[in-house]
Amino acid sequence: MTTLTDSTQHDTHADDHHDHHIPYGIKRWLNTTNHKDIGTLYLWFAFIMFLTGGAMAMVIRAELFQPGLQIVEPHFFNQMTTVHGLIMVFGAVMPAFTGLANWLIPMMIGAPDMALPRMNNWSFWILPFAFLILLSSLFLEGGGPAFGWTFYAPLSTTYSADSTALFVFAVHIMGASSIMGAINVIVTIFNMRAPGMTWMKMPLFVWTWLITAFLLIAVMPVLAGAVTMVLTDKFFGTSFFDAAGGGDPVMFQHIFWFFGHPEVYIMILPAFGIISQIIPTFARKPLFGYASMVYATASIALLSFIVWAHHMFTTGMPVAAELFFMFATMLISVPTGVKVFNWVATMWRGSMTFEVPMLFAIAFIVLFTIGGLSGLMLAIVPVDFQYHDTYFVVAHFHYVLVTGAIFSIMAAVYYWLPKWTGKMFHIGLAKWHFWCSLVSVNVLFFPMHFVGLAGMPRRIPDYALQFADINKWISIGGFAFGLSQLIFLVLLIKACKKQGEPVSDQVWEGAEGLEWEIPSPAPYHTFETPPIVK
Amino acid sequence: MLSALMTASVFAETKDNIEQYQLNMTKGVTDISAGVYDMHMLMFLICVVIGAGVFIAMFISMYFHRKSRGVKPANFHENVKVEIAWTVIPFIILVVMAVPAMNLLIDMEDASEPDVSILVTGSQWKWHYKYMDNDVEYYSKLATQADQISGKIPKGENYLLEVDRPLVIPTGQKVRFLITSDDVIHSWWVPDFGFKQDANPGFINDAWTNVNEPGVYRGQCAELCGKDHGFMPIVVIAKEPAEYAKWISEQEAVQQQAKAEEQRLLSMNMTMAESMELGENVYSANCAACHMPNGEGLPGVFPALKDSQIAVADQPKHIDILINGVTGSAMQSYAKQLTMSEIAAVVTYERNAWGNDTGDLVQAKDINSAMNGQ
Repeated sequence: MTTLTDSTQHDTHADDHHDHHIPYGIKRWLNTTNHKDIGTLYLWFAFIMFLTGGAMAMVIRAELFQPGLQIVEPHFFNQMTTVHGLIMVFGAVMPAFTGLANWLIPMMIGAPDMALPRMNNWSFWILPFAFLILLSSLFLEGGGPAFGWTFYAPLSTTYSADSTALFVFAVHIMGASSIMGAINVIVTIFNMRAPGMTWMKMPLFVWTWLITAFLLIAVMPVLAGAVTMVLTDKFFGTSFFDAAGGGDPVMFQHIFWFFGHPEVYIMILPAFGIISQIIPTFARKPLFGYASMVYATASIALLSFIVWAHHMFTTGMPVAAELFFMFATMLISVPTGVKVFNWVATMWRGSMTFEVPMLFAIAFIVLFTIGGLSGLMLAIVPVDFQYHDTYFVVAHFHYVLVTGAIFSIMAAVYYWLPKWTGKMFHIGLAKWHFWCSLVSVNVLFFPMHFVGLAGMPRRIPDYALQFADINKWISIGGFAFGLSQLIFLVLLIKACKKQGEPVSDQVWEGAEGLEWEIPSPAPYHTFETPPIVK
Repeated sequence: MLSALMTASVFAETKDNIEQYQLNMTKGVTDISAGVYDMHMLMFLICVVIGAGVFIAMFISMYFHRKSRGVKPANFHENVKVEIAWTVIPFIILVVMAVPAMNLLIDMEDASEPDVSILVTGSQWKWHYKYMDNDVEYYSKLATQADQISGKIPKGENYLLEVDRPLVIPTGQKVRFLITSDDVIHSWWVPDFGFKQDANPGFINDAWTNVNEPGVYRGQCAELCGKDHGFMPIVVIAKEPAEYAKWISEQEAVQQQAKAEEQRLLSMNMTMAESMELGENVYSANCAACHMPNGEGLPGVFPALKDSQIAVADQPKHIDILINGVTGSAMQSYAKQLTMSEIAAVVTYERNAWGNDTGDLVQAKDINSAMNGQ
């Protein structure tokens, strides 16, 4: 994935722009303002976080392998579930999408770079510090955050360890990074499209990221507000969430989920964009319903602001509110369904081949649809009273986040990796990675539906005996899925060492778009003269 | 002794309704829970049909429209009629789902005109039940032994789903639960009743049930509430109304007697040995979860009692913390949870165990005078 392009090309461009100053080594990465370098940094950072958060999931699954407390104490178990969630959401999925945006948006719209390159550098380099702060809190007296990634008050205020201050600070930094990244995406897309690249000609990945960026700017400040209120409630005597001082703990949940639900779409809309790029390539047929894809994405984004309380049906809301949020949530399945139908219609009567990116994309459609359908079930208030806070919910959101968002990221990496390195990745390893991941991820998450329906609550370190057999299978699936990702690690290292067959500029037979018209590997600087899009 | 009696009765009546390999939602034991189950199955079937339709279309396409079969790709990329159809038809399906869901929800949320009302209060990590129409209230805690959890002895049949004193409710009557919390958010959930309801500190939620079948029904706290969230079960025994009436009047008598007994004990002194023995029992049942069996606490979260200034020096403060709790922390008030002699014994224990050898012996009357502000 690295972009050490062949030196002649690099030198020429560096001479043009940087007064003979060619950065290399660590300084190249620290000071870089190049969208490709920053994209690479984001993607590697996300992958390291994915492995870190994954290691925590392994601890969780090892403890849950059998009933009883064997490996960790409940307090540490809670830190693992909490930090696993935070790392995967803010450290793995979101930075990976930002990395893809950095790499691809300028190449897709024919821009030379992102609009705000220095801010781009800054928005990446504050991230490692955010996660160092968060991870270091695990080693403090009292441990790290142990209140779930949703940090419901008052568990996160009055009843939390002092390290909560570090958690708050870390979230603030992550939020600042996301907002800067989003501003950069919006400014780039608005101002730097090549001549002829009209709105309705933009690739869907660009469209979905544009909409995602608006969501980010709208809701990250809400998250910042929530953590700040937690901070002042805990340390400075305010009572936002304390009934004894006139506050309300449920208000925390309203604020959190007003951020949290759009956040869910922040993590899935770019995935929709990726899949909409990949399916037409390997079906050798244009995307079905391009315009309706754009409108569906926008409707999902708008609806995402009026459904937040479907995470809170058991908090004791009035019936009228429950009905409103139920109906609004059900409505989201209409545009989401449109997307799935469009992908299937794109495949229909195409001429398909099944290269690794396509395999991941097809797995995405099937498994994301399963997660979407269980989401529809969760929207129904009277049955949600049973599903809520059980493993059914855990199964649901892992289907949309792991086999949804993360599978789409893997699909994207396999799809564009040859363009980035100029070499085809190791196809054998990639197929092993796909099939091992596909089987193990379903052994891991599918039985969670059953154990949840049977009554197992989430976030517990130990469980009643009737859940034992299924949990054993889930853990085995978990370990296998974890190990499968090491195949991906090996493959990526090989790719970065530039091993493999050279690829053509177009790389994939059916690929269309500006990024496939530039050389492979993509030169350090591209589109210094804007292309004309017809 | 009271709790021992009740525990015995639970085991005698245990008709285990948890199937060994349950894979689906329970039908439960109320009309509402049956309605919830039916709604769940309806949703499940609709989702399976939609999913199957999408996947079959995909796989047909993947089989027949492969390049390796030599097919040339078509070039269509929109069709307004089809696109309108697959927007409108799902919408109609949604309406079909929404109507029964709405009706069921409105029934579930109608907690009016109850026959019995019970105040349910969650606290870290136990439930408190107070019968609003009778003078009966008590705490209900996990009864599974620590040795079962750590694996030193085999796990029992109802591992982690057993409590010392279950909630008792009548069958065939509308029982309303008023649900709240003393500290963090908990959630009261018995799957057989078909609902869960959050317990929010400072606010009261209501929920209700009307159980058809006598039996023992088990559930758990469903909202992450701290360290021992996984060890906060709920057990409800539903009895025929006549038996329930008998039980509740017995409880009233027993609890009145216990109060009288407590007054009597005020004038009596415990010896150090008696006090330490009782104190150790009380400590392991109520305090050890946070302050740990060795009194060392969990640094940064739960303070150590071993060598703590309060436990070795400031005795009035020590008693005050037990009675009033510590505001703004997880330390709750034990004035209602323990008898005065139990509080006295546990204070004595904490002041003499783990090398805190103060030699202090606290009596119930000391607690009584502290409670009355002397």
